[in-house]
Amino acid sequence: MDFSTDMLNALVLISNYVLIPSLSYGSQLALGAVGVTLVFGILRFANFAHGEIMSFGSMVTVLITWWLQSLGVTMGFFPTAMLALPLSIIITIILVLIIDNSVFSFYRKNKSRAVTYIVTSVGVMFILNGLVRIIIGTDEIIFRDGQKFLIKAGHFKKMTGLSEGLALKQTQVLTIVIAIISVVLLFWFLQRTRTGKAMRAFSDNEDLALLSGISPERVVMVTWIITAILATLAGVLYGLDKSFKPLVYFNLILPIFAAAIVGGIGEPLGAIIGGYVVAFSEIMATYAFKKFIIYLVPSEFAPESLVQFLTTEYKFAVSFLILVLVLLVRPTGILRGKLL
Amino acid sequence: MISVKNVVKHFGGVVAVDGVDMKIESGSITGLIGPNGAGKTTLFNLIAGNIVPNEGSIFLDGENVTGLKPHELFSKGLLRTFQISHEFHTLSVLDNLMMVPPMQIGESLLGALFRRKEVVRQEDEIQKKAKDVISFLNMGKMANELAGNLSGGQKKLLELGRTMMVEPKVVILDEVGAGVNRSLLKEIGDAILSMNRDRGYTFCMIEHDMDFISRLCSPVVVMAEGKILAEGSADQIKRNEEVIEAYLGKGLKNKQN
Amino acid sequence: MLAVVGFGQSWNVALAILNLCLISSVMSMGLNIQWGYAGLFNAGVMASTAIGGLTAVLISHMPVSKAWSVGGTSLFALIVFLILTLSVVFFIFKIFKRGRKRSFSIALVILIGYVFMRFYYDQATFAIEQVEPAKTGFLGGLGLPIIFSWAAGGFAAAGLAWIIGRISLGLRSDYFAIATLGISEIMISILKNEDWLSRGVKNVTGLSRPVPYEVDLLQSEWFINMVTWLYGVTDGEIVKTDVLREEMQLSAGVIVKLCYSGLFLIVVLTILIFAVRALNSPWGRMMRAIRDNETAASAMGKDVTSRHRQVFIIGSAVIGIAGAMLTTLDGQFTPGSYIPLRFTFLIWIMVILGGSGNNLGAIIGAFITWFVWIEAEPASLWLVENIDFFFTTNSPLILHLKEVAPHMRMILMGLMLLLVLRFMPKGILPEKSSS
Repeated sequence: MDFSTDMLNALVLISNYVLIPSLSYGSQLALGAVGVTLVFGILRFANFAHGEIMSFGSMVTVLITWWLQSLGVTMGFFPTAMLALPLSIIITIILVLIIDNSVFSFYRKNKSRAVTYIVTSVGVMFILNGLVRIIIGTDEIIFRDGQKFLIKAGHFKKMTGLSEGLALKQTQVLTIVIAIISVVLLFWFLQRTRTGKAMRAFSDNEDLALLSGISPERVVMVTWIITAILATLAGVLYGLDKSFKPLVYFNLILPIFAAAIVGGIGEPLGAIIGGYVVAFSEIMATYAFKKFIIYLVPSEFAPESLVQFLTTEYKFAVSFLILVLVLLVRPTGILRGKLL
Repeated sequence: MISVKNVVKHFGGVVAVDGVDMKIESGSITGLIGPNGAGKTTLFNLIAGNIVPNEGSIFLDGENVTGLKPHELFSKGLLRTFQISHEFHTLSVLDNLMMVPPMQIGESLLGALFRRKEVVRQEDEIQKKAKDVISFLNMGKMANELAGNLSGGQKKLLELGRTMMVEPKVVILDEVGAGVNRSLLKEIGDAILSMNRDRGYTFCMIEHDMDFISRLCSPVVVMAEGKILAEGSADQIKRNEEVIEAYLGKGLKNKQN
Repeated sequence: MLAVVGFGQSWNVALAILNLCLISSVMSMGLNIQWGYAGLFNAGVMASTAIGGLTAVLISHMPVSKAWSVGGTSLFALIVFLILTLSVVFFIFKIFKRGRKRSFSIALVILIGYVFMRFYYDQATFAIEQVEPAKTGFLGGLGLPIIFSWAAGGFAAAGLAWIIGRISLGLRSDYFAIATLGISEIMISILKNEDWLSRGVKNVTGLSRPVPYEVDLLQSEWFINMVTWLYGVTDGEIVKTDVLREEMQLSAGVIVKLCYSGLFLIVVLTILIFAVRALNSPWGRMMRAIRDNETAASAMGKDVTSRHRQVFIIGSAVIGIAGAMLTTLDGQFTPGSYIPLRFTFLIWIMVILGGSGNNLGAIIGAFITWFVWIEAEPASLWLVENIDFFFTTNSPLILHLKEVAPHMRMILMGLMLLLVLRFMPKGILPEKSSS
């Protein structure tokens, strides 16, 4: 086989196992991280309950999906969950607003310390976690339906004649597309609308923003609404891509926090960059490059080991390592966010 | 006592302190005045080690102390108070004072657990000293009150009291008189004067009240826009055209905005 | 409370709860030292617990000599290269000035060191894990009495805390919380996956005990005499009856648990005495001052960072002791069972409920929280069974509710935390305000 086919094979291989999964996982993290970073920017605390909000939103989506399926309503090519999304987003928004009203608003009025908010968010985390477990149990649930693959590995091989196949799952494309659309909408909102500008001003300097007549409660409410929307999207997309399992969502807050901090906390754009940075590093650090290198180097130099930096079990340790590195080298994050 | 040499500090794009040279003579009460945003508090934070200058150096008693941490400067005899009171709010007034002396046996964990007799003896001494300070400040009634429950002025007095628990070489006071009522302000002024005369403390203070400054400070240093504008006695400063303009000009600008 | 369970359910259950209450008390006292005294938001309590547990294994398990003989050399080489790499990095760090060259050469050294270490690591772990994987497949421990591990667990946790502190102390509270949470998760994933060290998810079971075994008790004369005396039967007469036999077994369980309770109580009281003494000393005053206002404490000459490190290490050591105690009580080490909700945030609830800064409060908080945590399940099951009234027994809703009843505890815990924060922010026993 000549060198250019090898190159192509290597490229396909890396796209299939690193590029595409990282892009879709990164999009899910980015959506989550933007929520965390917004809450931090406006309400000034790290929300430990964020993973559970994602979990709750996804659970509602699963329930509505089941209900739709039982009625015989599906979306054919697309997953039914897409049909369930609008309603579940609304329900999640209502839940988040109820939480804010009954829990967080009290501490805002009392001007409590950031630590009090964090502990409070831990309480919320417990309740939401219990709620989700009670309603839907702890089993792993696969709620993806519709067409699974856009491109199947076998088809791809036949089509191109390469020895490496490229599989493209519908959920991956869906994730990336939805992430792009929501990010564009978010930035349009933050840059162009009055409320969006108010939010940025508020995040920048609370006192000045108050002087200019912005209603803080309104800003806070809008922040929670956006957070709920993005959290539900992130949770559902993650669930569609992999599966829905309540426990997993708690563990997701770690890479999400890492993404938010790496990007520069309080900076939505940074959170998005952070999401992809974390996703790419996680997947690349745990990917075995052996086959990839074999394609690229003459056979006598082929490596014997897997050329895998860390085993996959340490996936999310990677996100934390990046976090530590960023802390040491550039504590404000890539986009110079607020110093925590 | 303290000399600041060509110190520059900027935050992002904003230059807060722009090449300041200043001397605080031993035994003096140096006043630092200037319009809002002149960089006075930043300069204080630089001297007290809360932030590190981008350029220049700071000397204490001829020793270069640039970049030392606040607690290291404390051990070299430099103490400070804060513009916004930094009391230990869940500690009593007495405890607020008693925590100050350094090198207490009971401050090391082993000492606290296993050398209890010595700790008790030392505590008695420290408590006696703290009570002296409290009576000097006329705060006798508040000794066991939580510091968080004090009024704004009393908190300032307490911060001043903390500096009296040790024998500092130099004390820097950031708006010790702000938000304090007239009679308490006079008391604070008396306390500062007597500490200066009887105990030989050197002071440097940021203040806005010109009467207060005139009464206590010599010399007075004026800062504006991150630079030293003038230095001299209170009377000289009051008559200095440049200084008047700095204040008024700022006022005019504010009006235009 | 416990007495109610004793009479209502059984004394064995009540004592089991009591023992865990005591262990939880040690954990919450440890966290209270960090949070209540000094205001450190440690979200990595679990890391200390787990390393305490690991120490219990490493101290008490018999050494697996075969594993040492097959993997020892590679392991030694691994350590040599680790030290070599670290010292070269340190050397470069000291000799060269900050800059691109230094960063580049350090990266290069680490990369080369990594390749070598990885080679020997793979060799060592492969060999070790091949040794009777169904039974051992790890290096084993020292084969010492497990009770030593309580102290050792404290030291191990202190060492780990020193490292964690190096990385994350000095950050603001939000960051510190996230960082410690992250490190604790990494710690658990190491324990789960490094089979050569901890057998990973295969668990280590059958650890030795510091107290007698039930089986041995049932054989011993004094025990039989005691039980027969307690039940007022005369010599050997009815020993063979089934009722007495059952009582024997139950009593054996009770005795064993009581022995544990005694040991745990000694630990709890010792730590309590030291903790109270420390808090009421100038040391405690200084810590509280640092907690109230770091800037001011620093301006008053207190070295905030090193004090934070000290209190973080001490608190973690106390939690590490509790971790070793827990593994001792369980008789097994199961890395998979460590989750932050149970081993970090539950401890937080204990401290906040009991009263941050108050040692007795921490103990009371631990007792109440653990009791609710355990009894929430039977209570909600009882509740579900009693609303049978309205539904048929086998309606899907009831079945579902029965299945998920254990999760009620999550909601209860969350509610408890939120209510305390809102209406009793100082907890049941507030901190004493003055010395």
